Amino acid sequence: MLDVEAQKPPNGKWWTPPFDPRFPNQNQTRNCYQNFLDYHRCVKTMSRRGKSTQPCEYYFRVYYSLCPISWVNRWNEQIRNGTFAGKI
Amino acid sequence: MAHPLQLGLQDASSPIMEELLYFHDHALMIVFLISSLVLYTISLMLTTKLMHTSTMNAQMVETMWTILPAAILTSIALPSLRILYMTDEINNPLLTIKTMGHQWYWSYEYTDYMDLNFDSYMIPTLDLKPGELRLLEVDNRTVLPMETPIRMLISSEDVLHSWAVPSLGLKTDAIPGRLNQTTLSATRPGLFYGQCSEICGSNHSFMPIVLELIPLKHFETWSALTS
Repeated sequence: MLDVEAQKPPNGKWWTPPFDPRFPNQNQTRNCYQNFLDYHRCVKTMSRRGKSTQPCEYYFRVYYSLCPISWVNRWNEQIRNGTFAGKI
Repeated sequence: MAHPLQLGLQDASSPIMEELLYFHDHALMIVFLISSLVLYTISLMLTTKLMHTSTMNAQMVETMWTILPAAILTSIALPSLRILYMTDEINNPLLTIKTMGHQWYWSYEYTDYMDLNFDSYMIPTLDLKPGELRLLEVDNRTVLPMETPIRMLISSEDVLHSWAVPSLGLKTDAIPGRLNQTTLSATRPGLFYGQCSEICGSNHSFMPIVLELIPLKHFETWSALTS
């Protein structure tokens, strides 16, 4: 998992996930989960092709901002144990 | 915050809450007008010796007391729907804060560009300093910038809770496994108090929320200090 420090924007420039029209309503659970999946899929595909994973940072920042820390830790634990239910 | 013997809603500190206050005044005025009209009519009916025992049809009055309530209901529905759609407007938040409900405290996560994560417990009555509010103060207040739209994502780690701040017109359920979004936008700095609004066990009444709204510049200083 990449370091948050590396993505920190310069002081005075604020970044937060923009409005995503795929998830316009109050329930943002899927927004968080989808970006988490997209980040891992992006990293897997880019690594397989031998390319830099820098473009995947967008998905990382979005899911890191949106998803509760406990959810992220639980999912990462499941990925490490091979029990994660999502398709990556 | 609420004050003793308060009758109405708390002072509004967000644009939506201002609209809700006006709507509440409008709806309550209609309620008072109808109630006084009905009470007056009842008093008239009960204080006369005249009788009318042969009413066969009353087309005019029947039409009036169908059309008039329909018009009144429309005049209540239209502002109500206007405000409802206003709460759903797309705005571009500057900051995303997550809050997780626990039994029996709230925890806040600021993860846009720092790894800040803290718990917010109520201060027990015995530990209050003079002048502090009983059952409302917390050890770590949620510090936020004022006059900026903030995306609040609310969820729970155990049972149902509800994150409410009346003076900002906010109340959103905290449901385990679900991430609910609401937009927070305060028009002025200050301390805004709220309480858990969904029964969640023995200390449901003892897990308050305190928002400390400060100017953006001061928020930047605070966030630099805490990260």
